[in-house]
Amino acid sequence: MTTFIPTIGLEVHAQLSSNTKLFCRCINAFGGQPNHHTCPVCLGMPGGLPTLNEKAVTFAVRAGLALGCDIQNTSVFSRKNYFYPDLPKGYQISQFDKPVCLGGGIETEHGFVELTRIHIEEDAGKLLHADSALNKSAGSLVDLNRAGVPLIEIVTEPVIQSAEHAVAFLKKLRSILRYIEVCDGNMEEGSLRCDANISVRPAGETQLRQRVEVKNINSFRFVHKAIDYEIHRQSETYKQGGNIEQETRLFNTDKMTTKTMRSKENANDYRYFPEPDLAPLILESAFIEDIRSEMPELPEARKQRYVQTYQLSEYDAGVLTAEKETADYFEKTLAAYNVSAPEKIKKLSNLITSEVLRLLKENHSKIQDIAITPQRLATTLSMIDQGTISGKMAKELLEEIIKTNNDPQDIVEAKGWKQESDPEALKKIVLEIIENNPGQREQYLKGKDKLFGFFVGQVMKATQGKANPAMVNELIKKLL
Amino acid sequence: MSANQAITHVPAHELSKKLVSKEISSVELTRAFLDSIQSSNDALGSFLHVSSEAALEDARHADQLLGQKGAKDLHPLCGIPIGIKDIICTQDIPTTGASRILKDFIPPYDATVVAHIRSIGGVRIGKTNCDEFAMGSSNENSAYRPCHNPWNVQHVPGGSSGGSAAAVSARQTPISLGTDTGGSIRQPAALCGIVGLKPTYGRVSRFGSMAFASSLDQIGPMTHCTQDAALALDAISRPCSKDATYQHKPYCYNPDHLSASIKGQTLGVPWTFIQGYANEDVLENFKKQIDFYASQGVTIKTIELPHQRFASACYYILAPAEASSNLLRYDGIRYTHQTKDKESLEAIFVNSRTEGFGLEVQRRILLGTFVLSAGYFDAYYTKARKVRALIRQDFDQAFEDVDIIATPTTPTQAFALGAKTKNPMDMYHADIFTVATPLAGNPAISIPSGFTDKSLPLGLQLTAKHFDEARLFAFGSAHEQAFDHHQKVPVI
Repeated sequence: MTTFIPTIGLEVHAQLSSNTKLFCRCINAFGGQPNHHTCPVCLGMPGGLPTLNEKAVTFAVRAGLALGCDIQNTSVFSRKNYFYPDLPKGYQISQFDKPVCLGGGIETEHGFVELTRIHIEEDAGKLLHADSALNKSAGSLVDLNRAGVPLIEIVTEPVIQSAEHAVAFLKKLRSILRYIEVCDGNMEEGSLRCDANISVRPAGETQLRQRVEVKNINSFRFVHKAIDYEIHRQSETYKQGGNIEQETRLFNTDKMTTKTMRSKENANDYRYFPEPDLAPLILESAFIEDIRSEMPELPEARKQRYVQTYQLSEYDAGVLTAEKETADYFEKTLAAYNVSAPEKIKKLSNLITSEVLRLLKENHSKIQDIAITPQRLATTLSMIDQGTISGKMAKELLEEIIKTNNDPQDIVEAKGWKQESDPEALKKIVLEIIENNPGQREQYLKGKDKLFGFFVGQVMKATQGKANPAMVNELIKKLL
Repeated sequence: MSANQAITHVPAHELSKKLVSKEISSVELTRAFLDSIQSSNDALGSFLHVSSEAALEDARHADQLLGQKGAKDLHPLCGIPIGIKDIICTQDIPTTGASRILKDFIPPYDATVVAHIRSIGGVRIGKTNCDEFAMGSSNENSAYRPCHNPWNVQHVPGGSSGGSAAAVSARQTPISLGTDTGGSIRQPAALCGIVGLKPTYGRVSRFGSMAFASSLDQIGPMTHCTQDAALALDAISRPCSKDATYQHKPYCYNPDHLSASIKGQTLGVPWTFIQGYANEDVLENFKKQIDFYASQGVTIKTIELPHQRFASACYYILAPAEASSNLLRYDGIRYTHQTKDKESLEAIFVNSRTEGFGLEVQRRILLGTFVLSAGYFDAYYTKARKVRALIRQDFDQAFEDVDIIATPTTPTQAFALGAKTKNPMDMYHADIFTVATPLAGNPAISIPSGFTDKSLPLGLQLTAKHFDEARLFAFGSAHEQAFDHHQKVPVI
């Protein structure tokens, strides 16, 4: 039985979060009244000319630096010519043979992924086809709010070996782009979009076989499904003696399959040529170095800092730093909590990675919007430290904060969850229980250690579980 | 001379004096020109749209400014009518590019040059005829009607800014704006006996001017005389942030530029090239101009521009290449003509464009699409870019030794309507002396240099270093001191 080895290359389009569009000063925002974020330039009206948005260039360079690319001192904008109703000028201004970034790459748990290049280009508009949710009319409608929104296209080398590898790369990439605040990474809104070039070859064969491009895969899950489907389809085709033609396929999100969009024969000749309306983009080294010097801390560096400074495990540090917002949340909570002992930081980390992240998922909420603010989480931790509540109560308390949006102190007060930590009161209870159970005491003193738990249980029962367990343990040991 | 002619035959800088001294109002002056248009436009076809309402509104506004204190400090073109080539967008005034595909287009915005003209109090008198999307050398490619040469209506006015040239020549407006890509200002200026200036590439913002060949297009003034051209350049070269190729070097008018002595300067003449293409009348006329400059103490030097002979071939690859892309936006989807036959998306594109574009435009789109196609790109486009660099280098080297280069503007006088429409290569040769300058980006001016024995005007083309328009004005002005060609008015 022949085994087939897949080879995958990705092309990722990331919308840059500049305030305005790439070649005009219309606002760059998702949604809005159709065709309201437009002007003669992005509408492709006669005499409209592009003027480059410096912020978008800065963002592209920042992304290039974060991904280890060589930033090119000279890059050139080119026109990619084709007709489509969402492309008002009839050409997309992009970069072709001289992109702004070359090389670079990302380390993933499945192996390093080299980048070929990153280039800057403009987005197209959107078509709303007839009889769809947003268009009840008989014809297609064109919305050009997105036309001219700045994009970077990140192209990998064909080095990815599996769907898992591809997804791991994309997750890291998304995390980095969000860390450096050049792209919000929102795949549902299309701020991050992915095309995959996939081929398979029999094990032992060195030459890559014909590749197929799959477009329109807009979530991590779909990337996984689309790649697996293509690997399977191509392998099966070869096994049955068939051939794979170079073509572009579209991913169908209902069926989780791909189907032919256009064959090589119908491929466009884009007739690229240098954009005469824009001079070559010259980036002085000082400009690049300025951007480098203002580069925010990247996820990998932050993770290592957590391992070294807070003595967190690689795993925990990785979870905390995967998203910038999570790491920010952790640090804000730590500042409010104001501790330095590694075991306390570990407790904080555990509470975030186990409870807070679970609650986020369950509530489809964002960490920056959650009712458990860093201040409230820090208060919760302090209350545990002070024995006001038991560690076991934390989970319930956090759930209650989300439910009520109240401060933890108020909830504990209202619910009567306050732990009994008054040494005198506890002493009284413990003495009483020892007195009432002389037999057990005797057996314990003779060496039946297990009975220690019996006394603890009795105290808890007497206090409805509110007794501070550490104090109870100590008192029982002493008073027995 | 009629009362009207006493106004319309006067150059803009003199009209300006009359306005400032209150001898005449801008409304009166504008009405005189509107009358002139009305009396001759049927015969000439120089205007596609006369914007009487906007013109009178602008004139009233100008009169208000002129009536206030400090009228002396206003721009000299305040209150002066200016014709605008129909390639240039004018807010709320129809702008068709002389193309059927934009038959009903009314821009919601002004081109930068129009905004500048309005801001100094200029008067938008109307939209002048031209070749469709500025593609042509005779104005015969206008989708609406041909334009006629005021000196002989059987002859073409030149192109593509033929309407702008005819309108100034026939004294329908003292100034008009044209666009020059391969000679479209200078060639019709020469054939109609007026002054036409193609500024340095990057001197004037192109925003709002329908792009033909973006790396070559430049807007410039067409006037009676050099002084008016200088004043108009001052107005239109003002700052603009909407064109990335605008170089932020506005030309500031200075009367010293016109009176500067040309004595002791060096004028280069590429004799070999000129003799290879100019006809006898043109050559004879040109020699007289060179003799004149020699008599003024200018040193005449023979120069070689070795790659000039490739300029036309180079131009007719690069300009259509850019045009094929620039014209993609006229696709039948938004503001253009849309076909009735829209069975499929492709049918909308193909039919709208086939119905909307004239034959010459279609020819250039096909040519440009071909030279940019995979497999042909390097042989045509890339090679033409290399030739362009050599042509520019020729000019740069020549300007190390000379201050000005002179050639005839055109190889022949104005030809008869229909004479060259059957053979596009013949038509393309009408630009032989003008195509090289835009490839190199230099500024060049055509000034009236007299008449053939058939009473058709000829022009002298002077080319200067980048951003050295002031020198063109000095040479032009010296010529006007000695000759009165620029004051001759055709009888229509």
